[in-house]
Amino acid sequence: MSDLEQFRAETRAWLAENCPEEMRDGDITAENQCWGGRQWEFQSDAQKRWFEAALAKGYTVPTWPKEYGGAGLSADEAKILTEERDRINARKPLSNFGISMLGPALLAFGTHEQKLMHLGAIARGEIRWCQGYSEPGAGSDLASLKTKCEDKGDHWLINGQKIWTSNADISDWIFCLVRTDFDAPKHKGITFILMDMASEGISVKPIILISGHSPFCETFFDDVKVPKAYGDDNLSVVGEVNRGWDVAKNLLVHERGMLGTMSPLRGATGPENLGGYAAGEIGVDATGRLDDPSLRQKIAQAEIDDWAYNLTVERLNDEANAGNGLGAKSSMLKYAASELTKKGSQLRMDIGGTDAATIGPDGIEYGSLANTWLYNRAYSILGGTTEVQLNIISKRVLELPSA
Amino acid sequence: MSLILTEEQEMLQDAANGFLAENAPVAAFREVRDSKNPDGFCRDLWKEMANMGWAGIIVEEEFGGSEFGYVGAGVLAEQMGRNLTASPFFSTSVLGATAVQRYGTAKQKEQHLGSICDGSTLFALAVDEGPRHRPEHIEFAATPHGNGYKLSGAKTFVADGHVADKLIIAARTSGDANDPSGITLFLVDANAAEIERTHTPMIDSRSAANIKVDGLEVTGDDILGEVDGGYEALEGILSAGRAVLGAEMSGSSQQAFSITTDYLKEREQFGQKIGSFQGLQHRAAHLATEIEMTKSAVLKSLQLLDDDFESASATCSMAKAKSGMTAQLSTQEAIQMHGGIGVTDEYDVGLYFKRVHVAQQMFGDAGFHADRLAKRSGY
Repeated sequence: MSDLEQFRAETRAWLAENCPEEMRDGDITAENQCWGGRQWEFQSDAQKRWFEAALAKGYTVPTWPKEYGGAGLSADEAKILTEERDRINARKPLSNFGISMLGPALLAFGTHEQKLMHLGAIARGEIRWCQGYSEPGAGSDLASLKTKCEDKGDHWLINGQKIWTSNADISDWIFCLVRTDFDAPKHKGITFILMDMASEGISVKPIILISGHSPFCETFFDDVKVPKAYGDDNLSVVGEVNRGWDVAKNLLVHERGMLGTMSPLRGATGPENLGGYAAGEIGVDATGRLDDPSLRQKIAQAEIDDWAYNLTVERLNDEANAGNGLGAKSSMLKYAASELTKKGSQLRMDIGGTDAATIGPDGIEYGSLANTWLYNRAYSILGGTTEVQLNIISKRVLELPSA
Repeated sequence: MSLILTEEQEMLQDAANGFLAENAPVAAFREVRDSKNPDGFCRDLWKEMANMGWAGIIVEEEFGGSEFGYVGAGVLAEQMGRNLTASPFFSTSVLGATAVQRYGTAKQKEQHLGSICDGSTLFALAVDEGPRHRPEHIEFAATPHGNGYKLSGAKTFVADGHVADKLIIAARTSGDANDPSGITLFLVDANAAEIERTHTPMIDSRSAANIKVDGLEVTGDDILGEVDGGYEALEGILSAGRAVLGAEMSGSSQQAFSITTDYLKEREQFGQKIGSFQGLQHRAAHLATEIEMTKSAVLKSLQLLDDDFESASATCSMAKAKSGMTAQLSTQEAIQMHGGIGVTDEYDVGLYFKRVHVAQQMFGDAGFHADRLAKRSGY
């Protein structure tokens, strides 16, 4: 038996023993994940047991080095772990922007002390992170951001506003892009900074969307003092001052990679098999075909795209692990996933007809088809619009000329 | 298993790329076309390909093959798609070899696989009886006669049927015209007097044949697989064919796209490179994304054929559907983005457009496969 076969056998046995039955429902909606953080309360005993078992093994962040709370798995081993977890339909033990976005950026740009302080806390689910990137005047043109960060000797002084900060109202820390030099060209005066959300001067206001509910917030900084160092040399700045754009770009690749792995057609809510669901709702004709030929064709096409998409995530990951970095190709995944996500919820609304268009006495119900459909409009906007992704693919992957 | 090529497969890819660019570029295909070569391909080239082990790419070593499996066949087909290489590779080395190796008797394997590998015998699969692919609809009759059968009926669009030495014919031994059970495969000599072949040149300048069979007597030795149980074998052969056609179309998509992006980088209008126009950039970026999706779909289907052949059918359908849609888009866009030059015969992109159309029709277009997958998923 090869080492990897051995690892698979061990992983299978470990999962069988440690992943509670209740966590094997394949439920990967945002609501059912364990997010961790100071305010986190486990939704069930099973969720707690699953989290603790994974934590003890380093499996909340399996590929991170052991000294930072991971299990130090190789890419091949991590893939086997994911496959085995998917095989039994298990939920992730812990989800967090700290794991999917900040962690990889810290691993690439952080100091050893920064990594020790933050990565371990992320791995243990102690700190929930949110991302402060967009501003009211800096959306797709992110580098034109204006949140001001002044050097005050032993601390930084921050004034300004962020928008679309997902879950800012329930997060503990924020990683943020701020402007430290207003005279430099716009990409050269940005710094990547870490702040405790409990700091004096930070306030948060949720944003109501057409869907009625959303994780998005506005975040305001009013004379916020950020110490330059937490403890001995746990710096608040990641990478160099004024060179935050490098960190941000690296992180965006991970964000797009993550946004691009959300199994788009199945989406946040909805059945495994869209066609089967449609057949149940609409009925079939005498030959067993869905009683709406045009919808049937659209669903089949979308399922083919979804399948090819998921394989592409797998293939590009395999290529990245073999040494060909994902780079700007993450924009392809982000683009395809967000369009497919929208298509999936549109199809579900079409299948549901007028039933899906109803709302409850208190408005659009959270988690309803209509809620998801409306919320999913945002997928091709957040994390860089579809148009921005297409620009990136044109310029960075295809190397087409600039205007 | 990783969704990437192994080192060995990559070496095969490099070798194929080098050889075809040198010996069978699009110019060579034009020569075959313009000289009205009656075979539709160059026999010397085919011999060289056989010498390199390509003709027996999926055949086991004990029968003289190079045993590279379906991933290997796909690697070659992708490069052939890039270069628009015409050869009997698909009909003989993919369809014929799959049929004999997987479903043939020991005697049939002994008799045919060696001559597939050395390129001396050409095969063709006769399945469709109308212009649209409907493999379960078989009227071609095999009626009991003495100890065997008598074959009578007609087939259309038999790729390379005009040059084949051997024909694999799907015939009906029982049941009515749309019944998947009751189909039997026969492996017969294409030069039999009872077989009339009409050469049908296709729009892609490749060749197929319509065949008519009138009372061809066959024995049990000519049966490939099970009597009345041939549909399963047919499905297997078609699955392999669909995945490899997918690989070929993926190669054509990539090449047509690459020609197009080169053009976008160099052609100027309104005082600028046209590749700087966002209207074209976004379409190119979309197409690049579709091409990535297609590569994954095709590779997965080929890997499954090698790993677990019996379970690959649906995946091969998906790969054929995805690659067909992408290839159509890629070649349509190639013409459109080139403007006027794109519709000239002199320029290559139109040749890709034509080839892809025929490959789409062969063994089911995207609509056919979407329907098939929907039915399979219960809707």
